[in-house]
Order: sequence, then structure tokens, then C-alpha cells
Amino acid sequence: MKTYKIFTIVAIMMIMFTISCTKDLNTKPIDPLVSTSATVFNNANAYKQALAKLYASVAISGQNVQFTAPDIQASDQGTACFLREYWAAQEVTTDECINAWGDGGLVEYHGGNWSDGNLYVQLMYERIFVNIAYCNEYIRDVNARMNSLPAGVSQETAAQYVAEARFLRAYFYECAMDMYGNVPFATETDLPGTFLPKQIARADLFKYIESELIAIQPTLADPGTNEYARIDKATDWALLSRMYLNAQVFTGAQRYTDCITYSNKIIASANYHLLPIYANLFLADNNSYRQEILLPIAEDGTNTQSYGDMTFVIHAAVGGSEDATNTFGIASGGWAGNRMTTTFVNKVFPDASGNTDKRAIFYTSGQTLAITAPTIFTQGYLCAKFKNVTSTGAPGSNNTFVDTDYPLFRLSEIYLNYAEAVLRGGAGGDAATALSLVNQIRTRAYSNTSGNINASQLTLSFMIDERGRELYWEGFRRTDLIRFGLFTGGTYLWDFKGNVQAGIATDSHLNIFPLPASDLLLNKNLKQNPGY
Amino acid sequence: MKKIYFLKYSFLLLFICLSGWAVAQTGSITGRVTDETNQPLPGATVSVKGTTLTTGTDANGTFKLNNVPNGPQVVLVKFVGYQPLQQPVTVNGATSINLQVQPSSVTLNEVAVIGYGTVKKADATGAVDVVTSKDFNRGAVNSIQDAISGKLPGVVITSNSGAPGNTSTIRIRGTTSINASSDPLIVVDGVPISNTMAGGTANILTAINPNDVENITVLKDASATAIYGSRGSSGVILITTKRGTKKFTINYNATASLSVIPKEVPVYTGDEFRALVNQVYGGQTAVTSLLGTANTNWQDQIYQKAFGEDHNLSFSGTAKNLPYRVSLGYNNSDGILKTYNFSRTTVAVGLDPSLFKNTLNIHINLKGLYNTNNFADQTAIPNAVNYDPTQPVYNGNTRWRGYTTWTTNGNTDINGAPVTLAPANPVARLNLTDNTSTSRRSIGNVQFDYKIPGVEGLHANANLGYDYAIAFGHNNVRDSTQWVYLPVASGGQKASYNTVNRNQLAEFYLNYKKDLKSIKSVIDVSGGYSFSHFYTEGNSVSSDYNETTFNPAAPYKTEYYLASFFGRLNYTFNNKYILTATLRDDGTSKFAPQNRWGVFPAAAFAWRINDEDFMKSLNVFSDLKIRVGYGETGQQDLTSNNNYPYQPRFTLSDNSSRYQFGDLYYNTLRPEGYVADIKWESTATTNVGIDFGFFNNRLTGSIDAYYKNTTNILNIVNNAALTNFSATSLKNIGSMVNRGIEFSINAIAIDQKNLHWQIGYNLSFNKNKVTSLIGADNPDYILQNQFAGISGATSGVIQADKVGYPINSFYVFQQIYDKNGKPIEDGYVDRNHDGQINSNDLYLYKNPAPTVLMGINQDIAYKRFDFSFAGRLSLGNYNYNNVASGSTYRGLYSSLGYLANQTTAASQTQFTVATTTTQSDYYIQNASFFRMDNMSIGYTFPPYVKNKLKLRINAGVQNLFVITPYKGLDPEISGGLDNNFFPRARIYQLGLNASF
Repeated sequence: MKTYKIFTIVAIMMIMFTISCTKDLNTKPIDPLVSTSATVFNNANAYKQALAKLYASVAISGQNVQFTAPDIQASDQGTACFLREYWAAQEVTTDECINAWGDGGLVEYHGGNWSDGNLYVQLMYERIFVNIAYCNEYIRDVNARMNSLPAGVSQETAAQYVAEARFLRAYFYECAMDMYGNVPFATETDLPGTFLPKQIARADLFKYIESELIAIQPTLADPGTNEYARIDKATDWALLSRMYLNAQVFTGAQRYTDCITYSNKIIASANYHLLPIYANLFLADNNSYRQEILLPIAEDGTNTQSYGDMTFVIHAAVGGSEDATNTFGIASGGWAGNRMTTTFVNKVFPDASGNTDKRAIFYTSGQTLAITAPTIFTQGYLCAKFKNVTSTGAPGSNNTFVDTDYPLFRLSEIYLNYAEAVLRGGAGGDAATALSLVNQIRTRAYSNTSGNINASQLTLSFMIDERGRELYWEGFRRTDLIRFGLFTGGTYLWDFKGNVQAGIATDSHLNIFPLPASDLLLNKNLKQNPGY
Repeated sequence: MKKIYFLKYSFLLLFICLSGWAVAQTGSITGRVTDETNQPLPGATVSVKGTTLTTGTDANGTFKLNNVPNGPQVVLVKFVGYQPLQQPVTVNGATSINLQVQPSSVTLNEVAVIGYGTVKKADATGAVDVVTSKDFNRGAVNSIQDAISGKLPGVVITSNSGAPGNTSTIRIRGTTSINASSDPLIVVDGVPISNTMAGGTANILTAINPNDVENITVLKDASATAIYGSRGSSGVILITTKRGTKKFTINYNATASLSVIPKEVPVYTGDEFRALVNQVYGGQTAVTSLLGTANTNWQDQIYQKAFGEDHNLSFSGTAKNLPYRVSLGYNNSDGILKTYNFSRTTVAVGLDPSLFKNTLNIHINLKGLYNTNNFADQTAIPNAVNYDPTQPVYNGNTRWRGYTTWTTNGNTDINGAPVTLAPANPVARLNLTDNTSTSRRSIGNVQFDYKIPGVEGLHANANLGYDYAIAFGHNNVRDSTQWVYLPVASGGQKASYNTVNRNQLAEFYLNYKKDLKSIKSVIDVSGGYSFSHFYTEGNSVSSDYNETTFNPAAPYKTEYYLASFFGRLNYTFNNKYILTATLRDDGTSKFAPQNRWGVFPAAAFAWRINDEDFMKSLNVFSDLKIRVGYGETGQQDLTSNNNYPYQPRFTLSDNSSRYQFGDLYYNTLRPEGYVADIKWESTATTNVGIDFGFFNNRLTGSIDAYYKNTTNILNIVNNAALTNFSATSLKNIGSMVNRGIEFSINAIAIDQKNLHWQIGYNLSFNKNKVTSLIGADNPDYILQNQFAGISGATSGVIQADKVGYPINSFYVFQQIYDKNGKPIEDGYVDRNHDGQINSNDLYLYKNPAPTVLMGINQDIAYKRFDFSFAGRLSLGNYNYNNVASGSTYRGLYSSLGYLANQTTAASQTQFTVATTTTQSDYYIQNASFFRMDNMSIGYTFPPYVKNKLKLRINAGVQNLFVITPYKGLDPEISGGLDNNFFPRARIYQLGLNASF
């Protein structure tokens, strides 16, 4: 009997204990920074914080600058940022920029011999699509809560957040369409882990982006009425203007008339005009220039720290005998990487001194114009356009991470889009307005009318150079050269195009990047772009 | 769920019910056979000399012999591994006798700890190896891994660096996982230890003083490890510490050591470097003007001869029936890298009280560790390779504390702004960095073993354990340094961190052991459960040196739980046939409820053939046993605090990663990548083995063959674009097979009064092959290992997996060579003949795992002198020589305006652009090696003071020499990616051991 009792007691104790144990296996994260998706949107603050992530994903690498919570994997988290990747794809591949680091990936970018294994090709692609995945999740989650929003978030506000998320998704898809052509495609209706994306043809993607940008217009804020650094209707029109201008490349069909239509909406808006001093647009206090910068990547040396945003653009351009501390506000030093090719300087700025056309913001002291060895930074003129000092010369808030905002959409682009669309035969605009808009830009550049052109000078070949002068290093060059048929082939050669000092013709398949081999392996729905 | 619970409880019930059997017998000589430690010896053969009367001892070591003629008799006790005992006895009716046997010279007597119990090694049915303290590598005092390195077939121990107190990577029978842990489970006195270590502390094996260890049992095959279920896939190492002795004993050990660097990385001298830069960059004054005039060997500047000392004092005895052992250990070792220091103070207390007339046996273990490290700034190691040898250590500047520093503007102003991304002055790095940590750790448990009254042989066992660790440290850098340059604030850095680990364990099981003589059977059943909680939290804070500007703090905390039910049946028939069956059901909080529980069964059978009559008559074998086993085990250790991988989560950013809307900055909220259906990685192992002994076990050994099939391998892989919120995820990706053979032999070649010579040799082959990959619809499917990062490479990854190839194979271009055998830069074989070189031309070539491993050790004693050595041979392992691939003519000069020295490997390739050259198979190099791990000579003094004081002195060398075709500094690189690691030292030692 005694034994029996002991057994009973032991058995009961065991069962009680084990039941409590097995319950403990249902754990939830205990870290206060982590919440589960089931509950996160019960909190009113989450709507704007999650939206902030979508915006921030163009600038920063993850949830902290120490790289312990990166968005995507890379040995150098600076290279895993959207802007750094986008900038390299649009600039280092062209006459506007040659890099001195000799880094694997970048050398091939400038040499026009990249492959499907190129690290930069892969990281740009991963970054675009993880950003789209974030957007899809946000749109899906907030739409699902539309009828059960917590106090403090109105339906109208939530709808506007969703519209901005849809804009960002459209923007990322536009970048994908431009760079990779035929890409995987998914929207908020595709649940994570349940599908393998189908490939969408470039022209079909164009239609999708267009429909999205038009659909969200009524929900977006009126021009200039939203908070700083957030999307409004004008941003939406600007992206439409940009993609219609390139529609021939993307779809094979011209849409210049539509380009003029949307450019006109912005030109006609009383909110926007050119600011008097070109150089000030690229300084640490450029957050006060909303009249010209339609949408910036908002930067702050204290709050938005990243090695792959404007911090990269500024640091990578500084070296040689430049004064990093006083001229550029980056006392931690330059990275001595990016500078102009000889060809670009000679072609676009006959007077590179900046005395006539003040947009030639170059640093030449101790630099040779000619580049014979790409890894020697003192060869080639340096670009001093972007700086982490204010218009009054005060340094930014941090000596590494910059305060200077990156202009993602700027009024000058819209003026030039309009002029080019008119030249290319678009309806709804006129040559006189085109000439006037171009001359407004040039008048500002020269501080007087001495640089103004006449109607006969306003040609397409003038336009590609003028875009170079006005928009250099702002992420347009690759797309522009492709539209003008100059990116590949032998019509236009620049230093080390085709990996040869004098430059040689390259093959036209380089007009779009390959899909990275890493994703082709994983997604059997994908077919590689031609030529790779 | 109901079903699972039913299974679990019926399972428990079964073992409880089995304990109901009870049978009784009588005889005319009764007695008990014990071993040298007074523990009962089951399975020993007891006979009466000159008669046919014979019997075996039961689980408690007792025996009964009936029908023994009265009068003087001689009782004979035989047991494998023990000296036969002849004990005269006068039989008069019911006589009782207690017999103690002494071990024979070989080690088959070893008790193997098998998890929730022990067996004699001779009775083990699984692949189990035991190393007792007397077989430890002599003179290896710093860590347990040094002590057993090379002793065990199929066990590869690779120290990760030459820093004293460093961690080692242990692999038992090859790599079982890719990205989940392949580390074996380590169990110390019954407490399974988490692999997650508190910041700054090395792994648990360095935290335990090797002098406190009595024996180490390694469970290799799944039939043995399945009792640890989800944690048994990579093998289990069970450490048993020394216990109190009967006689009071004081033992003192002291060792002094001197470490030297065996070899430096071959780099250009100042003169060679000047010549080379002028040759490559002739005419480019921007480059050549940077050259200095000095000849500095930077590696000589950072390495030193390092001293170390180790002391251990232990007291052991029995006070009023309370056996106790108390030990104190102190180790203080400098590293060969200047400023590096490791200091460890350990306390261990073991108490084994028995209460209630020995029905309640309690084992109390308390271990304390106080460890301080000065990690130094180990970036000095690559910097010493790369720093320009034409520059002096000090150049008279005032801005950089005198240390030569690369400055901007062509190095023209030695007090100018620094080139922050240039290699830093390695001497400055060491002298201006204060990178220290302190950790306190305590591991303890109380184990109650209660003989339940009324049922003979029934024990209840409860084990309550904990493992708490607190670690804190800082990595501070003085101001006015180039590598932490913050000119606006005061500069420098203060970075501190702390970590707390709190793990608890509660276990309970019932054990029933019964000798059923009527059916010649011994049964031994156990059943119980185990419950563990693992908790980690920490924080880190950093600022400039004067603490004027702070970076956002980075606090974290996380936890997980494991719950398990387990049972084991050992059934022995006629002392010759042994069957073991185990079952474990594990639940982890890491997986979703539908994937949470895993059942891990195992069964093994052993046949002691030499106890068969037909073998006895042969008189060839002194031991012969065949073992066959099968078992399944799992892996849920996802490493790096990945405790909620299946749950969709959002993470809030810190204040450095906010985004501006209007005038406000918003912390960002990010959806996390997750894998809803992530589940157990599981391994099924089949093992066949033979243990044998000849010449009264002077020659013993074993052969094992195994086949391990791992399914649902966990690996970090790329996600297809758009399918998740991270570019990579840890997923179940496929399966692989490890096949291998292990052979070990120990021989006492000479056993004379004045000369004793023992030789041990082991050999193992392991072959690994990936057998399936999820998503691999086409045979060319390749999975790149995203974690295997190398520096300087285009893609950053160099390893990949493919069906039919060994896991972690190198994934590279096939180099083309010119007629002189020099590799052609960016010249690769167009393997798919499509006219261009791209990712499709990469191929799988070699892998880091050795195919053949051998260990050899010998110990020869002549009179009072002894001499021993132990060495290892590893064949077929390949390294990616990242040091060489990073050495090119391209690397001599950087656009940032500095020069960088290269290893002399640069002259062999003369690569000048070097963008894809890092992916060349040229850098995949054969890293087979033979290493003489240690060699030692000792002298034992005659006993002094009434034969009580025993004294021994010894001298030895660790890491005496390495023979290898490998072109890098050291061929032995865990994981096969060789990139400037802390070089292993050669250590000369003098030791003294005194016991009283």
C-alpha cells in the first residue's frame, strides 16, 4: 500500500508538472522591440512607424547602424542600401563616374562586363524586391485593419498611408523595370511563403505601374500639403512624367504626350519654382527647398545613419587634397572612390572652371584630367557637388553621417522632361515653352542670360548634354544614355568603357542588367534576360 | 495533441509497471563484487575453483552460489578489464563474502556515462568512447579539448585560434548540419549545457578545469545519443568530475609555460616592398612618393614570447560519511599577441551525502568560474601583415601619439587628417586598445537518487540544475587614433556590453533494475521527463572616449523552452545478449505547434561473443563484442538566439535608424522574415561495431561503421525575391548522408617491471554527400551558403551545396595557367562552352572536411621515467586561402592614398586588377597535415614521507611541429576559410605534480 501511495503521489506530481511545462512552449517574443504581426497594428503608432520603414528602406541598411539587424545580407552593409546600389547602377556604369576602389563588381560596372554573378547586380535586385515585399505587407496589413483601426488613426489617414505605400511600391517596380526589364512580380494578394513569383514582361509591368500611379492620385495629398519628405500628388505626377519619357525603351511605344501632360501639372503648380542658387540644392540645409525638390530622401546625421545613402555619395567622392573637414563637413574623412571621367568633363563642360556655367562644381587641384590608372584617385576631376555643410558653411550634425537630403525628384528634371518630350514630338506642349524652361535652368546656372540658347540650339543632342550638366550624379545617367542610344554600342565612348582606356563599343544586351544567378536558381518561373 | 499526450503517459506508465516484477532466490555462498571505487560490478563471473559451480553478479554486484561443498574453497572472480581475483574462503553453510577486484592494465573497466545512467563500457551497446583522466594528453592543462585531442576516432577538435582560452570547434563524425549547430551537446555531471555563451566567455570546455575531470564519455551513434533526442544529432560529450575519495588526499599541480609563434606570415621586407612598388607603379609619383625608408617587420612588433602559469589544488576525502572534493584552479596565460591575457579561477565542490540508511544518495555539484580576458585588438594581426614595411613604428608626429599613421593628401603632413580606412598601425592598435571582459559563471546541480523502499531495484532520480553566467566587458580605444577617429567629439571609443544567461533544468526519472535469474535476464528500465529553460539578455552601450556623445543602446532579451519525455530499456540475457531501446519525445518552443514535437527512437543490440562457450574454448579473444544499432536524433539549436523563427514579427529600429516626416523622426517598424513551417532537422544513424581484445586485453580495439542520414537540414539560404521579408532565411533545405568507418586500437606492447610501453592508434574515414535539396527540380541546382563569407570576393561567398557533392564544397572558377604554370588573371575555363565566363562556369571543387583522420599516441615508461607523445594526421581537407587571395599587386596601393604590404603569394600570381580572382580554384589548397600535438617527458620520484608524498615532474611541448603541403600559415582551419587568424603558439611546459 505504501508503495502504491508513493507511486500515486509521484505520478500526479509528474503529470501536473509536465502539463505546465508543455504550456510554456507557446512563447512569444519577450524583447520590447519585437512584436508579433498579430498584435502590432493594435498600436496606433505602428501605422506611421511601419510606413517610415518603407520610406527609410531607400536610405538605410536595417534597424540599426551597427548592422546587427540588417535587411539583407552583405559583407559590407553599406552596399546593401538602396541608394548606394541605385547610384552605382545609374552612374558608375556611365561616363559620369569612374570608381577608384577596384572593388569586384564596380570595376565590371564601369567596364561594361558585368555578369549574372555580379554582387552589385544581386544586391540592387535583392534590395528592390525586399522593399517591395515590405510595401506589400504594409498594404495587406493596413487594408485588413481598415474597419478596425485603433483610436488615433482615422480611415482617411490610413488610406493615405496605403496610397503612399503603393506609390513607393510603384517606384521600386519602376526601378526594377528600368534596370532589370522582366522581373518577378507580386502584390499584396500574394501571401508570404505560399507562392513563387511569376515573371512579368517589361511592357506589362509598365502598365501595372501606370495603373497604380493613376489609381492612387485621388488619395494622395495635394502638392506641397503633406509633411516634409512624404509623397504627394506632385511626386506621383513626376514619376509618371519620368516613365512616360522612357516608355519607348520600356514598352516600344512612345508616350511623350502623356509625359507632357504630367510634367505640365507640376510646371503649372504654384508650389514649384527653381531656386536661385544651383549649388545650394545639394547642401546640408537643402531640406528647406521644397519648392524645387519634389521628393527627397530625408537624411539626418543623428537619426538616419547609414553607409549607403547620401553619406556614401558624399564620402565616396572626397579624397586627394580636398579638405574633408571644412569643405565637405565629413571630418571622419573621404573614401576616395568616385570621380568624373575625362570624356564627360570635356564633352559636357567646355569650361570646367565653374566660372561661366556654375554647375561645374569640380575640384581639380592636384588632380589630372586624364585617367590612365583607374585606381589612382588623383587622376580625373573630382565632383564636389554634394557636401555635408550648409549654405552658410556650417558642418552637418555628424562628421560621418550626413544631413544633406538626396533629391529623388527635382523640378529641373520635369522641365527637361517636358522639353525633350516636345522635341521628340509629344503633343500638349510647345517649343517656345520648352526653350523657356531650358533657359530658366541655364539662366540660373550662369547667374545671367549669357548661357541662354536659341530655338535652333535646342536639339536632342543638346538635351542629353544639358541633362548631364543639370542632373549629373543625381542617378539619371544610365537611363538617359539608353534613351538616347548612347549607353552601349560604339557611338559614344568614354574612358574605360568596355574596360579599355580609350573606350570601345559594348553590346546592346547591357541595356538591361541580368537577373542575378542567385534568384534564377530559386525561382524556376524566371527566364534570364537576353545576352546573359 | 491529445494523441501525443496519450502516447507520452502510456510510455511513462509502461516503465512504472515494468518495475512491478520481483523474484527472489537463495544460495550458500552469497556476496558482492565491487570495483576499485567500491561500486558494484554487475556481470562479473564468479566460480568456485575446481568445480563447475559458476554464476554471474547481478546489477547490484551480488551473487549467490548454491550447493557449494563445505570446507576451504577458492572463489574465482573474472571480469573483462579486471585482474582475475582468487579469494580463499571457508564455506560453512550460508557463507557471505565481499570481493573487490582491481582493474587490469587496460581500460575496459571504464564506466561509460550514457545519459540518465551509467553502464560498464563492456556492456555498452552503442558507439561510446571513454577517456579517463589518466589518459589525457600529458601537459595539456589549459583546456579539456587539448587533453583529449586526437584520442578519439571520429572526433575532430579544431582550436579556432591560438589565443589562450580560445574556443574549439568539435565535430563528431563529420558535419551533421550546415547552419543549425553541429556542436555536440556537452553534459557536465548530468547538466546539459547550452551552446549559447555569455559574451566574452569561450565555450564551456574552456570554462571547466581539466584537472577536475574524472572521465569524458563521448556518445557517437544515435542509438546512444537518442536519449538526448533533439540535442543528440551531433553527438554528446558527457563530462564526469572527480568525486570525494575514502582517504584524505591533497593534490597539487603546477605548470609553467612559454608560448612562441612557430611561424610568421611571409610578407615583403621593406627593401623588397620598395622594389616591388617601384616595379608595379613605376612613374606614378602619386604612388611611389608614399614609400618610406624604414625596414620594419610589423609581425615581430606585435608578437611576443608569452608566459603562462597554471595551479591546481584539490582536497578530497570523506568527512563523517560525507565524501567531498574541493578544488581550486588558477590559470594565467599571456597570448603571443602582445597585451593578450587569459585568466581563469575555478572552484569546484562535489559532495555526495547519503541519507536514510543509504537509500537516498545525493550528489551535489557546484562549479564556479571567474574569468578575465584581455582580448587585445586582434585586428593588429591582419594589419601587421598589411602595414607598409617601409614605415617606422613611430615617425615623430604629435597628432597620433607618435605612432606612424597614414594621413590624407599623400601622407605629406604626418600630423594631418588620417586615412581612416587604411590599415592602422598595429603597435598603436595593441597599445591604445583596452578590450577586456570579465565573466562569472556558475553551474550546479543537485541530484537525488532514492531507492524506493519496498521495491528492490527501483530508484527515483531527480536532478535540478542551473547554469548562470554574467559577463561584462568593454572595448575602449584612446582618442587620437586613426581607426576610431571622431574629430568633432573628443575621439576614441568607449564601448561596453553585458550579457546574462540563465538556464534552468529540472529532470525526473524512475529506474528499475532487476536480475531475473530464473530466466537469465537482467532488466534495467528508466523513464522520465526533462524540462529546460534558456534565457539570455544583454545590452551594449558605446560613445566616444570622453562619453560626450552616445550611440543608441542595443538591449535584447530572448528565451526558449525544451520539454522532453524519455525512456530506456536495457535487457541483458545470459550475460551475452544485450538489447537497448530508447525513446525520446521532445518539444521545443522554437517551432510552431504542429511541428513542435519530435519523437526520437533508437534500438541497439550487442552480443558478447567471447562469453560463448565455443569462443572460450578457442582461447583467442579476451574480449569480443558485436554491436548493431539504429537511432534517430534531432537538431533544434538554430544558433544566434533565433528563438521565434516561425512567428511573423515586427522589429522596431533604434534611434540611429529613424526616418524624418515633417519635423519629427520616426523609429521604423520592419516585418521580419519568417519560416512558418520550420521544423526539426533529424538524423537517422545506423551503426555496426565490433569491440575486441587479445592477449588478456593487452591488445584491444574496436571497429565501427556508420551511416547517417540527415533530413530537413537547416541552412541559411536565399529567399526567392518577393517571397519573404529578408533576402535570406534559415530553412529546411534537403538531406545529406555521412558514411564512415572508425578503427581504434590500443596495445600494451611491453609490460615488464621496468619497462611499460603503450601505443594507441585510431583511424577514421568519413564521406559526406548531399542527397537532396528542396527546390532542386533540375540537377544543376546549386545552393550557395550565404554564411560562408570571405573577404575581398565579388560575391562574398565561396561555398555551395549540390546534390551528389559533399556539403560546403568550394564553388569556384577553374583557373587557366600559362605555359610557366602562372595563373592567368581572370582566365577561367568556359566550362559550359557558351563563349562567356559567368556564374554558369563556377564549379564545385573540394571541401574543407577531411576524408581520413588518424590519431597516434604512445606512452613509454622506463623505471621512473616516462615519455609520451600524441599526434594527428588529417588527409583530404582543403582550405580556401583567403590570405593569399587577398594578396595581389592590385592591393599594393589604394586610391585612398596608402600602400599596403602583401604576402609573398602576390609574386606568384602578379594579379593587378583582381576583381574575380578571389573566386579562382587556385586558392583552394590542400590542407592535409600531420601535427605533433604534444610530446612530454616525466620523472616520478620515489615516494617520500612514509610513502605518502608522491611527486612527479614533467616537461613537454605542445604543437611541436606540423607537416603539410598547405601554402598558408596553418592548415588547420575550422570551416576551411583561412583569413588571418590568431596563430597557434608552440608551447613549452614544465610541470610539477604532488599528492599527499
